[in-house]
Amino acid sequence: MKNKQPAIIRQIKPWLYLLPALLFLGFFMVYPLIDVLIYSLEEGYNSASQTMMGVGFYNYSYVLHDPYFLQALKNTFVLVIITVPLSTGLALLISVGLSSIKPLRSLFQTVYFLPYVTNTLAVGLVFMILFKPTAYSDGLINLLIKAFGGNAVDFIDGPWWAKMTVMCLYTVWIVMPFKILILTSALASVNQSYYDAARVDGTSRSRIFWRITLPMISPMIFYLVITGFIGAFKAYSDAVALFGVNLNAAGMNTIVGYVYDMLYGNSGGYPSFASAAALILFAIVLTITVINLMISNKKVSV
Amino acid sequence: MEKTKQNDFRSIEKKAAARRITVQTVTYIFLAVWGLIVLFPFYWMVLSSVKSYGTYISEDTPSFFTLAPTLENYKEAFTAVTLGKYFVNTLIFTLITTAVMLIVSVLAAYAFARLEFKGRNLLFAAFLSLMMIPSELVVITNFVTITNWDLRNTFAGLILPSVTSVFYIYLLKEQFELVPDELYKAAKIDGTSDLKYLFKVMIPICKPTIVTVTILKVIECWNAYVWPRLITDDKAYFLVSNGIQEIRENGFGRENIPAMMATVVVVSVPLIVLFLIFRNKIMEGVSRGGTKG
Repeated sequence: MKNKQPAIIRQIKPWLYLLPALLFLGFFMVYPLIDVLIYSLEEGYNSASQTMMGVGFYNYSYVLHDPYFLQALKNTFVLVIITVPLSTGLALLISVGLSSIKPLRSLFQTVYFLPYVTNTLAVGLVFMILFKPTAYSDGLINLLIKAFGGNAVDFIDGPWWAKMTVMCLYTVWIVMPFKILILTSALASVNQSYYDAARVDGTSRSRIFWRITLPMISPMIFYLVITGFIGAFKAYSDAVALFGVNLNAAGMNTIVGYVYDMLYGNSGGYPSFASAAALILFAIVLTITVINLMISNKKVSV
Repeated sequence: MEKTKQNDFRSIEKKAAARRITVQTVTYIFLAVWGLIVLFPFYWMVLSSVKSYGTYISEDTPSFFTLAPTLENYKEAFTAVTLGKYFVNTLIFTLITTAVMLIVSVLAAYAFARLEFKGRNLLFAAFLSLMMIPSELVVITNFVTITNWDLRNTFAGLILPSVTSVFYIYLLKEQFELVPDELYKAAKIDGTSDLKYLFKVMIPICKPTIVTVTILKVIECWNAYVWPRLITDDKAYFLVSNGIQEIRENGFGRENIPAMMATVVVVSVPLIVLFLIFRNKIMEGVSRGGTKG
């Protein structure tokens, strides 16, 4: 029965099934990967005349000395350092709270997941108008600040730290659904008998949390920290939603934003600089992921 | 003696119960506060979208409700800017991209799961390693490629690089492998062709996963921003994300925030409805490996 088809057809057939996927991936993923490396090494490449001046590391050095890139680097790092611990910690608190209640739990879970399915650009606009002064008022958030005795700040066109605050708040709001989802399912999968044993021994709530719950879900926490780092390093569309397309002028550009601006837009047309910047980003993300993995291997195995 | 002991026990029990209630109350308050923080932007966007422009602009204290809701902003959203066109574009883009992605991924996953050929494991490992490549790296060349092929401001240019999804091939392959081998052998003895087996047996059995993959891809397409922004500058090909950005930058001739909020509502509602219908599927799919962006 098995030999009904000639051997040659049996050899070729799998490749026919794979052909569309191979074509798409080849053209739009593998080839670009090699190409981006080449671009980043071609000095003075002109995409109009297809000429270049030579091969070397000038593009990297240009990008690393570009004040816009340094600003973007600073913004991205601040964003990562603030939002990753904040969102992970908050998500942990919420998930522990969620798993300790029964009534309304499913309602809360549904509500908490909503930001995940919304358009980043769209809700970003809502955040902008919450923080933005209108013709006759300072905006809703400023109203609250004043109600508590503070001074109104222009969060959208004002000082850098104010803009950064909005950006961080929006990022946390956007990334929470994923983290809550992962942590609640991690908490639900902890073997109930550990808790029962601890309760029989009269172990206190906080001790149960630190000694049982946290170690049991620590692999998932590290997973979230790693994906959180990667995600925050790639921040871009949230910044566009809040501060507009011209992020360099707003002083709120991110590394990914810098890459795209170099490629296209007002200052665009420099695929070589864009490639160098993208590879620098890739190197940073890779380094941090490896460091995270090394730490987690040490900690999780305890 | 016996009595005081009993009293002691009672008071301890009472205290424990009181503590439990306090902890529960604090938990509920905390969860409700986060719920409010999540919902408030949605409330504010709907509220602002039904305030008239005049009311909104003249408020010196933003009010938390309106007594005179109006739909004029929604009318403006569809007439003053070409929101309807952006919608149709996004629909076309989403449908074609998702359909092509499904065909390509199902075929590849089937080859990896069922067919035997030399180098299968090696090739699959190569596929998996592609999952780690950030899209930012490949966008640059894709931009140049699509520009060179003269496909800027076309649906082909929008769709082609958006099809590839290694993660979905991986997800489908895992699912296909769970279908018992015996079925395949039985079908072969009956002389069923591979393609027929795939469509008559595999796909129906694995329907839940295929639905999950489809929904995740639809969400991804609906929210696509970066690639469409790079590849289209002709408004006739804008998707909703670019449309919103365009409205933010150039607006309705003036900074008309209520009308802006109306467009935001219109853009957000389809996905929220989709989510409420397929809540469990979406959450399950995302927890199996989706990340935003």
